[in-house]
Amino acid sequence: MINRNGPDMWNSIKPNTRNFRLWQIIILAVILGTWYFASLNDNVAFFFGRPLGVAESIWNWFVVDGDIYRHLGVTLSETLLAFVIGTVFGMLFGLWLGLSKTASLVLDPYLTALNSMPRVILAPIFAMWFGLGIWSKVALAVTLVFFIVFFNVYQGIKEVSPTLLDNAKMLGANRKQLLRHVYLPSATSWVFSSLHASVGLAFVGAVVGEYLGSASGVGYLILQAEGTFDINTVVAGIIVLTVFALLLDLLVSLTEKYFLTWKPTSGETEKL
Amino acid sequence: MSEPALSLDKITCTFVSRDNKNERYTALRDATLHIAPGEFVSVVGPTGCGKSTLLNVGAGLLEPSAGSVRVFGQPLKGINHRAGYMFQGEALMPWRSAIENVMAGLEFANVPKEKARAQAMDWLQRVGLSHAVNKYPHQMSGGMRKRAMLAQTMIRDPDIILMDEPFSALDIQTRQLMENEVLEIWMSKRKAVLFITHDLDEAIAMSDRVVILSAGPGTHIIGEFKIDLPRPRDVAEVRSHPRFTELHKAIWDVLREEVLKGYDQQKRA
Repeated sequence: MINRNGPDMWNSIKPNTRNFRLWQIIILAVILGTWYFASLNDNVAFFFGRPLGVAESIWNWFVVDGDIYRHLGVTLSETLLAFVIGTVFGMLFGLWLGLSKTASLVLDPYLTALNSMPRVILAPIFAMWFGLGIWSKVALAVTLVFFIVFFNVYQGIKEVSPTLLDNAKMLGANRKQLLRHVYLPSATSWVFSSLHASVGLAFVGAVVGEYLGSASGVGYLILQAEGTFDINTVVAGIIVLTVFALLLDLLVSLTEKYFLTWKPTSGETEKL
Repeated sequence: MSEPALSLDKITCTFVSRDNKNERYTALRDATLHIAPGEFVSVVGPTGCGKSTLLNVGAGLLEPSAGSVRVFGQPLKGINHRAGYMFQGEALMPWRSAIENVMAGLEFANVPKEKARAQAMDWLQRVGLSHAVNKYPHQMSGGMRKRAMLAQTMIRDPDIILMDEPFSALDIQTRQLMENEVLEIWMSKRKAVLFITHDLDEAIAMSDRVVILSAGPGTHIIGEFKIDLPRPRDVAEVRSHPRFTELHKAIWDVLREEVLKGYDQQKRA
């Protein structure tokens, strides 16, 4: 009986495009269950925390004490500032070097050097320059965002179709109009293609900066908890960060959808 | 006789290889071509013979190594602003909708937005795209994109129209429809046209004059034929005209040898 029904049953419940949500929940349940039962052992709990303890930490942060909001606000404003500043500078630099052959020739080795340097190491220097407030974190995150945007825009400018340029010239576009109506839109589409990476890195920069020395932010909370071996709070902090990283990513996807309506998506068909 | 709309005199174009300064390629040598105002001239020649080079020189996108370019008697410096250029490849701005693409030329000339829009609407209607005003290039078919490009070029009302194999990527039916549309627009405007093609049938059906280029390198003009078929023409019907067959044979006799030469070179390369 079992042998005969086994494959049939498996076929009806195995992951497919319809029941994938269910399977996602099952995986989560398995992880949480394993974690829960394993952490009944005190040794395991010391290193991994307990799910209920983590949930309690999160509950306290958001509902009982409500003190996470200030820290989240700090981390998110650092992320946002770093993202905006890094993108603007990256775009300007990318446009400049993409359009000026001599400038890119001269600056090439320096940019390569700066990009290959592990930039997290600049955190102590930024802390000295900008203090322990938000600006040292913003600076660190900017160095991460800048290069992503810069290289994308630079490449984008170089790959603008020559036919498109010639056509715009023949239609009477002067240099300024070429920049505004051909180079800039083309560069913007490249900025968008790097948006997921650059927003993610802005967040990473902000949190790492906080972790290395600060007085507020989610990274700071994690650092504090780690100092007292409060593993539950550390894990809670990680979960909160992950959730917010996902939310940011979702936000980026929505913005992208709104701004890049002109971009073809593969297999797009007319909707009836 | 009045001044030619576009005159190319003894144009020579030599390209220097970027990697090796001693490696030169002479695409055009002493090519001379005059186009009268309102004249429709086609240039045919084997593949890779420098047809596009000739057109780019006339457009002012490429400066010749030697020779002079005159536009209505004035020496050309920089971009030829009296010319409209319809490119072979995709030239529409992908981030602009059909109407925004068509009105681009007017926008660059600082025509007020409302006026430019109205005119663009008009042109979209003329090329049969009034149903696709807000479509982006990727949402349009190849034929629709070509129509949009035609409207984009024509909206500036250029005195000289340069076309670089504009319909080579289209299927034969769409192509004939568009050829007729171009002829119709040309008949109503009577602007000078320099039309590049590798298709002899297309050249004869559309033009007043067909110019034949030799195989490269050092392309020059080896023949010229006046096309005395009656107008207005229908490009599909005119093909069965006895005079069409005569002209086709006469031109093909000159062209055949060059085509074979060009083909041989490509095989060796």
